[in-house]
Formats: sequence, C-alpha cells, structure tokens
Amino acid sequence: MQKRNTKLLVAAVVALVLIVALVFVLPGMLREPEPAPVAFRVGVVLSVGGRGDYSFNDAAIAGLEKARAELGIEFRYQEPREVPQMEEFHRLFAQERMDLIIGIGFLQNAAITKVAAEFPLQKFAVVDTVIDLPNVKSMVFREHEGSFLAGALAAMLTTTNNVGFVGGMQIPLIARFEKGFAQGVEHVNRLRNKGVVVQSAYIGTTGAAFRDPVRGKELALAQIARGADIIYHAAGGSGRGVFEAASEKGVKAIGVDSNQNWVKPGNIIASMLKRVDVAVFNAVKATKEGAFVAGVSSFGVKEGGVGLTDLAAVTDVEKAALKNDAAQIEKIQQMKNAIPADVRQLIVDLTAQIADGRIVVRSE
Amino acid sequence: MGTIFDIAFLMATLRAATPLIIAALGGIFAERSGVINLALEGKMLTGAFAAVVVSYYTSNPWLGVLAAVLTAAGMAFIYAVASIKYRANQVVSGVAINMLAAGLTVFLVQVFFGTAGMSPAVTRLPNLGPFTPIVYLAPLLVGMSFLILYRTPWGLRIRAVGEHPKAAATVGISVINVRYACVVISGMLAGLAGAHLSIGTLSVFVRDMTAGRGFVALAAMIFGKWHPLGALGAALLFGFSEALQMRLQGGGIPSQLIQAVPYIFTMIVLAGFVGRATAPAALGEPFRNE
Repeated sequence: MQKRNTKLLVAAVVALVLIVALVFVLPGMLREPEPAPVAFRVGVVLSVGGRGDYSFNDAAIAGLEKARAELGIEFRYQEPREVPQMEEFHRLFAQERMDLIIGIGFLQNAAITKVAAEFPLQKFAVVDTVIDLPNVKSMVFREHEGSFLAGALAAMLTTTNNVGFVGGMQIPLIARFEKGFAQGVEHVNRLRNKGVVVQSAYIGTTGAAFRDPVRGKELALAQIARGADIIYHAAGGSGRGVFEAASEKGVKAIGVDSNQNWVKPGNIIASMLKRVDVAVFNAVKATKEGAFVAGVSSFGVKEGGVGLTDLAAVTDVEKAALKNDAAQIEKIQQMKNAIPADVRQLIVDLTAQIADGRIVVRSE
Repeated sequence: MGTIFDIAFLMATLRAATPLIIAALGGIFAERSGVINLALEGKMLTGAFAAVVVSYYTSNPWLGVLAAVLTAAGMAFIYAVASIKYRANQVVSGVAINMLAAGLTVFLVQVFFGTAGMSPAVTRLPNLGPFTPIVYLAPLLVGMSFLILYRTPWGLRIRAVGEHPKAAATVGISVINVRYACVVISGMLAGLAGAHLSIGTLSVFVRDMTAGRGFVALAAMIFGKWHPLGALGAALLFGFSEALQMRLQGGGIPSQLIQAVPYIFTMIVLAGFVGRATAPAALGEPFRNE
C-alpha cells in the first residue's frame, strides 16, 4: 500500500510537470518572435560588490544613467550575490534579447564566456577582463598608470617617508594597482632624491575581501603603527575601514575607482579615478549607433580612462555628495590648498609624460 | 621582525577576538540547550545593521547597541519558532536566517539611507582607554556565562535539556521554554557582537560586513568544547592568528602562506591539543512533548 502510494505520487508529480510545461512553455516556443521594442535595451550584471560600493559598480550605473538621459536607452541591472549566479543572469538577459549585455568585473569571465558562446548573435561587453569571442567587447583599464600618479602624489606629500597600500582580493588585477603605486613612489624617490618606502597588504583571497571593512581598518592601523602617513586602497567596500583608520589616526588616505574624497572630508587627498562610467557609456553609444566592435579596448591615462581627482578645486561631485554642506566642503578645500603648487605641477607633468609614452608604467 | 609582538599587536588581537568571543558564547547557550546554531552569522549581521540605523537617527551609539541586541533577539525568536515550535530542520532554518539577514539588510540600507550596500558614517561608541567598552564586556560575559551554566540550577537545566530532554521533561523542566530562552539569549549575544563590528570598530554598515565571523565563532565554540572558557581560549587564538596574519604581511613572506595562518593554527590545535570535541547529546533533535 505504502509503495503504491509513492508510485502514484510520483506519477502525479510527473503529470503535473508535463501539464505545466505544455501550458506555459510550448506556446512561448511556438510563438513568433516578438517585434523588437522601440527602446534600446541594456542588461547589466554587476559584480558581487553590488551597488553602493562607491566604486566601480556605482560607476557603471552612473554611465548607464547618463546613457539613459542622453541616448534614451533603457537598462536593467542584476546584483549577483555569488559568482555562480552570474551565468544565470546573463542567460536570462540573453533570452530577453537585450540589445547589449554588460558584465562588470573580472569575476564575470567564466559566465560570459559560456553564455556568449551559447548566444552567438547576442552582443556582450565586459569590464576588467578579456574574453576572446567574436560577440564580446572587452574593456580593460591600465590601473597601474593611474596608481602611478597616486604613488607619486603620496611620495611627494609624505612627511614620514612611509606610505601604505591596502588591496582587496589578491589577484593580478589588484596587483596592478600596487605595482603602479610602487613605481610612482620610486619615480619620485629618484626625481627628488627621497627614500620613501611602501608597505603593502591584502585583505584576503576571496571575493569577500572587498566587503570586509573591519579587516581593512586593522591593516591600515598596522601600517600607520609602522609609520605610514598616506595609505592608498584598492579594496572596494573594505576601503571604508582604511578611511576610518586614517581619520582616527589623523593621517591621509587616497581613494579609488570613484571620487571618494567626500567620505572623510579632509582626510582623503585624492582618488584614483577609474572611469568605468565612460567605458560603459561609450560601449552603449557605439552599439546603439551600430558600431559595436568586439575585441579589447584599453583605457589608460591617454584615453582619460584613469587619473587623479582635481588637486586644487572642490569638484561638483564632491559638493553634491556632501549635499553642499559648507563646513565639510571647506575641510576638503583646506586640504587641497595644503598641497604645494609644485606637487600639483609634478602630477600634471607626469600625467602628460605617461600619456605621450615618455614614462612607461609596468603592470607587473 | 622583532617589532611585531608589541602592545599594538596585543590590542589588535583583542579587537579581533572580541566579536568571536561574544558570538561563541551565544552559540554555546543555544547548543547547550540542544539547538544547533548556524545562524550566528546572520544574527551578527542583523545586529550590526540595527546598531548603525539607530545610532544614525539618535546619534546615541548606546541606543544602537540596545537596538542591535533586541533586533538580533527578534531574529533569533523567528528561528526559535521555526526550529522549536515547528521542529524544522535546524541546519536548514539556520541557513535560511543567514540568507534572510543578508538580503534584508541590503534592502533596508536602501530604505533607511537611500544608498545601496553601505550606510553613511554614524556616531560610534566612545573609546574607554584603548578600546570600545564592548571589548571589556567580553571577558565579563564569559565569566557570567560560566557561572550561569555551571553554578546555577538554571544552568543545570539548560545542560540537562541539551543532553537528555526526555529525562529533563520527566522531572518537570519545560524543555520548550528553556530552549526558547537559550536561543533568544544567543541572538542577544550575537547582536552585541555585530554592534561591536559596526559601531565599535567602525562607524558604518557595509553589506555582508561580518565576512564569515559568525562561522569562525561557531568554530571557536566547537573548538572550546561548548564551554565558555574553552571558547574564550579558542576565540583569543583565532584573534591572535588574525592579528599575526596582518602583521606578517609585507615582511617578505609569501602572503598566500600568511593568509593561511589562521587555518594552519586551527588544524594544529585541533589535531594536537584539543582532542575529541563532544557535542551535547540531544543537539539538533527537536523535542516533542508527549
């Protein structure tokens, strides 16, 4: 009796599944393709940091918002919690026949490689990693060039001749920030006959390393205890801990990816901008105009893809982020005023030299 | 390398160990009463979030701590209803609480602050000497937990319920009530540990900021053989290896090796010194009043 019941149950479940399949799935498969919607649609799969990282995910959304305002596109985004979810989100967008699917972050590589091969007519773009497929546009940044400028700035401004770098996950991408930073410091050491040393530390070896501000703060405190007075981070959300350590101990920090100078006004001398927003906007624009090109585009100092925030004036981004709080804006202004004119000039010169190739920054 | 073991290192150890100690105590209360506690991580995260929200709106971090304790207790109560009243699988409902906490906090950051994934800076707990007050509280809580569990009739009841609930029930102990109380206490402690992270160490909430510390606390609890003093020792060891790992970075040793330090420590101690860890006999078994 028991056994028969079980069999009956299995049969019922199988029947139910078949009915559901017939009713819902088959008509969808048999239906004529829908006419293309009027608007140009973009699907974005963010990296695991998600929105609110004050970093490259936010920058990507900013680029899309600009595209929506200026080009009249529509976009939807997905925030995967874990890497395995990325593939499903890409497939979902591909099945919806998005005009362009953008993946943010190097963690997307496996997912897009797989889904782009399944949907060879679907156009993809990916930031921070290279995928060699005829329907994928890969957009990478020469973070080492921007980090070189950050290193030069730190080496010029340190009074203890000791600066720090805190990286997030230990991967070649984040190592580029470290290497560039160290080369910038070395360049100033040679140029100005200084002996500035760099301390480096990484938060971890998994994606969680970008979301652990507690550890970010501890690493920064350890570097400060050993004499660092300017710390550059490339650690996503964990960077908030670095800023907290800097403001607690009265030292300076350098932000990364987006303009983070407003997070701790007066403590963050600059941010190394990585213009994911520009790259994303350009990719959307080109694709919309029918000029999608697969292959690698690289954004460095020359292309305006990386660089430092304004060292003299408080920018609109900073004012807006501080909701025009005059006291806080004044703090940022005073900090910028304290940067000597020759330091600003040096950064301008170095930027020009990197752009025209007189200085070559190595990525490793 | 001679400068590694200094006062700053000791302080870093204590800072890293504090949330582990407090959360591990929470784990002990629940598990001693026979309820598996995989949800420490989620309850810590809930606490960390509630602390930041209340400190943001009231500018009073103490109210933030209170909110963390109460909110995490509420979360624990949901877990208690599922696992005690409805006898749901405790591993599954624990994991569900962790996922709920992770998703809910991200959603509520958006609701409360209008930003995604990260809160603005809030008022943090003042330092008492070199530490936030919660650091000093941790050893006190260890002592209190030890006294409650091993020196009071109520503690005896908790342990009886965890070892042999039927026997406890026959002598008139309400197994259900004891388990409810223990799970809620565990939530309160986990919430306090979360508040230590968000408004003790930092002044901000970042999504998933507990970064696995709830599970490390769980390991400390098992490591410490479900005993408050054992958990204290284990948590201090984990804190020590965490601080060591950070100090060693940049000293010329390959960093992958350094980042493995906490795990290597755990393996050595587990294999060499702790011996068999025996869980409470009735752990994970729902109780049915007959």
